[in-house]
Amino acid sequence: MTSRTKAVAVAGVLLGLALIAPFTDAFVILLITRALILAILAMSLDILLGFTGLPSLGQAAYLGIGAYLTAILATKFNFGLGWSFWVVVVLGILLAAATAAFFGLFAVRASGVYFLMITLALGQCVWGLAYRWNSMTGGDNGINLPGRPAFGIQLSSDVAYFYVVFGFFALSLLMLYVLVKSPFGRSLEGIREREVRMRTLGYNTWLHKYLAFIIAGGFGGLAGVLWAHANGHVSPEDVVLTTSVDALLMVVLGGPGTLVGGAIGAAAVLFLREYLSTLVAWWQYVLGAVYILTILYLPDGLMGVATRLRRSSIALGRPEDAKHPVIS
Amino acid sequence: MDEPAREDGRQPVLELRRLCKSFGGLKAVHEVSLRVMAGDRKAIIGPNGAGKTTLFNVITGVFPATSGQVLLFGQDVTRWPSHRRIGRGLARTFQVTSLFPKLTVLDNVLLAIEGLRLSKFVMWRPLSSYRDVYERAHALLQEAAFQDRRDVEVRNLSHGEQRQLEIVLGLASNPKILLLDEPAAGLSSGESAEMVRFLARLDQHLAILLIEHDMNVVFDVAKHISVLHFGEILEAGTTDAISRSTKVQQIYFGTG
Ligand SMILES: Nc1ncnc2c1ncn2[C@@H]1O[C@H](COP(=O)(O)OP(=O)(O)OP(=O)(O)O)[C@@H](O)[C@H]1O
Ligand SMILES: [Mg+2]
Repeated sequence: MTSRTKAVAVAGVLLGLALIAPFTDAFVILLITRALILAILAMSLDILLGFTGLPSLGQAAYLGIGAYLTAILATKFNFGLGWSFWVVVVLGILLAAATAAFFGLFAVRASGVYFLMITLALGQCVWGLAYRWNSMTGGDNGINLPGRPAFGIQLSSDVAYFYVVFGFFALSLLMLYVLVKSPFGRSLEGIREREVRMRTLGYNTWLHKYLAFIIAGGFGGLAGVLWAHANGHVSPEDVVLTTSVDALLMVVLGGPGTLVGGAIGAAAVLFLREYLSTLVAWWQYVLGAVYILTILYLPDGLMGVATRLRRSSIALGRPEDAKHPVIS
Repeated sequence: MDEPAREDGRQPVLELRRLCKSFGGLKAVHEVSLRVMAGDRKAIIGPNGAGKTTLFNVITGVFPATSGQVLLFGQDVTRWPSHRRIGRGLARTFQVTSLFPKLTVLDNVLLAIEGLRLSKFVMWRPLSSYRDVYERAHALLQEAAFQDRRDVEVRNLSHGEQRQLEIVLGLASNPKILLLDEPAAGLSSGESAEMVRFLARLDQHLAILLIEHDMNVVFDVAKHISVLHFGEILEAGTTDAISRSTKVQQIYFGTG
């Protein structure tokens, strides 16, 4: 598959989704909407994990910042419930990106498991804030939003809101796709593969990682704004470590370094969880087993399955040319 | 860029002044002074563990110097991070092949070319739309006769091809001085002869500092040799003088 046929395939699937979704029942629409939002979060994490090689365990922090900002503005200032929703979207992205810019000062110097630990700790700080800052965040109870925005169209309709989220998802996918193909995006891949070499090629690798961290934070913030209105409720539960772990698992399950993989992972996790929980009492274990099997047998995630099938068919059809090394 | 005005060709491209690097109590590099002028072809030889690679690491800023100075075109860069030094016309290769194994040959070269271009920060336009970058990449691959293998993932190249690609990446930034750390390591004699011919074809203004154990390569490439022993320069001179030196024979060639 060339990258063009891949893009056509993705566009086709998205188009199909946009056409079919309104005809499913309300529960499924909301589930798809949630999956699309978490897909944005997972793709933002994929920029770090899959493309830059930075395993962040604190991506839920940015989701939380976007979500709490939306909820607080809506309840305390009655802001963001009309056209100003779009302003909130921008503010959510900016605040999350600014937080990432601050956190990045601590996290980006580290790598590997240290990066993991620092992002985890920073994520927990945000959770602590959501949990403890009662007057602002409602503490344990969280915040109930007064309702979804209305500006000509009533987003209180789940179908209308689905289309808004769908639009943001498609736009995010497009922007991130362009990003990973850009010179900057390619430099992230180089850093993932061999950072010292990148430095001796003239790259300020710290700066590239820092920028990637901020961008990932911004998209996390966008997911947060959408998340708040999808559920009509924001609570520390959204910022909890489990959400960060979920995002990480979505990327790993779908296939790191593929962007779309994060979206597939998000859908798979959400639907598995939703339906397994009605079918089997011990569904968490089934999900856990799925994760472990993926990591053991599908290191490239679900997206890797397609690649493998393709590879094996190529190998069968046409043996690789055995080229002999010639130096000249 | 803002090179000092007194550049008249007689200014060293690279100058080391009493450069030291210690790891704890170990003086891996000790009081090394060296000048490399434009177009110089110099070699550094010495037994295993003499501190040759460490010297390159200190010159390129992979490790900070313990004391002493590194100057590029007369400018003190001792405290600069690696990427800034590279921006001043310094490039290196690694003793242990250090490429991007999962990327193709072409993508490796593209990364190397982008390293010194401001467009490396562009996020809204695909790399594939930069025609000049691709042209430069194809020219480099052509020179090194890699064109036919440009879409091969680097991990699938032979050791010899990888050693050569190391040098191609070093050349991508159009450096003024290239540090080669054992480019012929692990090559067959035929392959190292090819390597020597390739190096000989490079721009005559490019200064080369070469670390190499294979003395045939050293004699073919370099006109001047510095002998490093326990981190110190034991002797330095023309290839002829060094090959006759009894001191060098004793410690390095194990004869004499
Ligand atoms: N990062 C490091 N930390 C501690 N010691 C180091 C480090 N790098 C090198 N050394 C030590 O410094 C000394 C010089 O090592 P170096 O790699 O520079 O030798 P070399 O001359 O390149 O040897 P070779 O010919 O085997 O490549 C050795 O004793 C080595 O063990
Ligand atoms: Mg060495």
